[in-house]
Amino acid sequence: MLQLIADGLVVGSVVSLGAVGLTMTYAILRFANFAHGELLAWGAYLALSMLGILLAIGGAERMVPLSPFSFGWELVVAALVACVGAAAIALVLDKLLFSRLRHGAAITLVIASFGAALALRNLLQFLWGPIPTYYSRELQIAIPLVPRDVLGGMRITPDQLLVLALAAATVVGLHLFLTRTTLGKAMRATALNPQLARVAGVDVDGVIRATWIIGAVLATIAGVLAGLTVQLRPQLGFDLLLPLFAAAILGGIGNVYGAVLGGLIVGLAESLAVPLIGAEYRAAVSFLVIIAILLVRPQGLLGERT
Amino acid sequence: MDALLPVLSYATFFLVFVSVFAVIVLGLNLQWGFTGLFNVGVAGFVAIGAYTSAILTAPDYPNQVGGFGLPVVVGMVGAMVTSGLAALVVGVAALRLRHDYLAITTFGIAMTIQLVALNAQWLTGGAFGLQFVPRPFTETFGTTLGANAAYLALCLAILALVYVALERLVRSPFGRVLRAIREDETAAQSLGKRAFVFRLQSFVIGCAVMGLGGALYAHFVGFVAAEDFLPILTFQLWAMLIVGGAGNNRGAVLGAFVVWGVWTLSGNLLRELTPQAEQARGAALQVVLIGIALCAMLVWRPRGLIGERVGEGGKAKRGGS
Repeated sequence: MLQLIADGLVVGSVVSLGAVGLTMTYAILRFANFAHGELLAWGAYLALSMLGILLAIGGAERMVPLSPFSFGWELVVAALVACVGAAAIALVLDKLLFSRLRHGAAITLVIASFGAALALRNLLQFLWGPIPTYYSRELQIAIPLVPRDVLGGMRITPDQLLVLALAAATVVGLHLFLTRTTLGKAMRATALNPQLARVAGVDVDGVIRATWIIGAVLATIAGVLAGLTVQLRPQLGFDLLLPLFAAAILGGIGNVYGAVLGGLIVGLAESLAVPLIGAEYRAAVSFLVIIAILLVRPQGLLGERT
Repeated sequence: MDALLPVLSYATFFLVFVSVFAVIVLGLNLQWGFTGLFNVGVAGFVAIGAYTSAILTAPDYPNQVGGFGLPVVVGMVGAMVTSGLAALVVGVAALRLRHDYLAITTFGIAMTIQLVALNAQWLTGGAFGLQFVPRPFTETFGTTLGANAAYLALCLAILALVYVALERLVRSPFGRVLRAIREDETAAQSLGKRAFVFRLQSFVIGCAVMGLGGALYAHFVGFVAAEDFLPILTFQLWAMLIVGGAGNNRGAVLGAFVVWGVWTLSGNLLRELTPQAEQARGAALQVVLIGIALCAMLVWRPRGLIGERVGEGGKAKRGGS
């Protein structure tokens, strides 16, 4: 039981990070971005390639792990570079595609994101191939946090602990950014009322750029963490898309804190449902969460109105 | 004459697929073209229809639900009913809200159905799929070509039936309300039309038609498996509708023909040109190019090849809000 909760929180942290970007895109740009999952996948794979380059430059066969984690400093640098790469992809996509469709019906943007997702996913598979891979093949010993005789016990790897800590730190950082900085305040204003924000002198185009960059950076962190704790697959983003949407809707779409809460709940729900419905139906949990919340409270847990 | 036979049998085969797709695209056109509903889970609803009809009509499978051995017609009606019911669940949850919610929910149901198809051994045969789905006309005609030609005739008849029925529907007062809601929901609401009820009806009818298409597919191939209903199918069907022109039923049928033609031709070409080991990559590249084409179409030619005709009751002004 405790173990399931711990696993659920680790998965939930990754989902939260991804869902924050998704819900921000929705709040500022007002459409459900089906291509957001691909930013996670691209971030993760860009980090993989950068890692390869760094190791080649250093002449090393593999990373020397930073004890107790399974990876070395190279992955940290690679992830930072990947953040820049993913942000560039998001900005180029916005420039070429979304910005041209912004003044039409919102649903056109959704269709466009659907097409972009398809192109990005298959391009990724074309470039990196379909076979799953890993950043590091180091084996990690799980630390027993709770002994086996208390509710089945709980063991967790240092990498998983890092995922939890990073997710918490990111959320705190994001909160400070949104409440304390001018740009953050401008973003909240634009989300509430874009016309009024523009009249009040907010640089809406700058806000849109910032939204894409933050979304892409969070997506890359989520993607790298997913790759670190599970594995790297070309379908990584596609498989996470439904949990991301479930988290965003559950928390109240457009609500950043709701997305974090929603992500943790979706992760827990998936993990706790496995003994009941079997691991093979794990991915269906998100769908049930979406249907349930839409029927009971369509504005989401923290949302006010739709 | 003998030299013509392979061509003839390939043409029948190709045209059966085109007409099955055309039926499904007509259902999608009712939803998107005439009502403005964005359904991302088309493959899921097609799968429900295909599996339902297969289970209702097929012989007994060991350790599985089935063995009803009902006539194919019953299977097809059953397919429409179950796909329609699935649409009702999704529609009731999502159609009261903004369009994005329907997109997300239909995406979810398609993924869930894919999981059930792959894992519910007792119902869907799991990874092995359902075999021995009855193929009508195989006993009446000795040859495969004869049977396929007869099945093509059946498909074309059903396609014509669906076409006429949907044309009547969209030209009826009901169809006018659908277009009115699509163009300006507030105005339609203020005239006393409950948008949610009309949307729900359109969505359920459209999905039932998709289920019928799934049944037609199952009884032609004689075999149903999860990998026949991957998201790529949804995408191909959308490409057919968008290329043909949403809001035009003739365009929908033409789109099915054109897109399936281009898809099979480019697929064959790719198989000829790329070495065995690189085929998976080549196929991925094919999807990339078509994803880009879809985006380019949205940016530069949002109305498709034909598009909605002006003076058909609805104004052909689309896109702006």
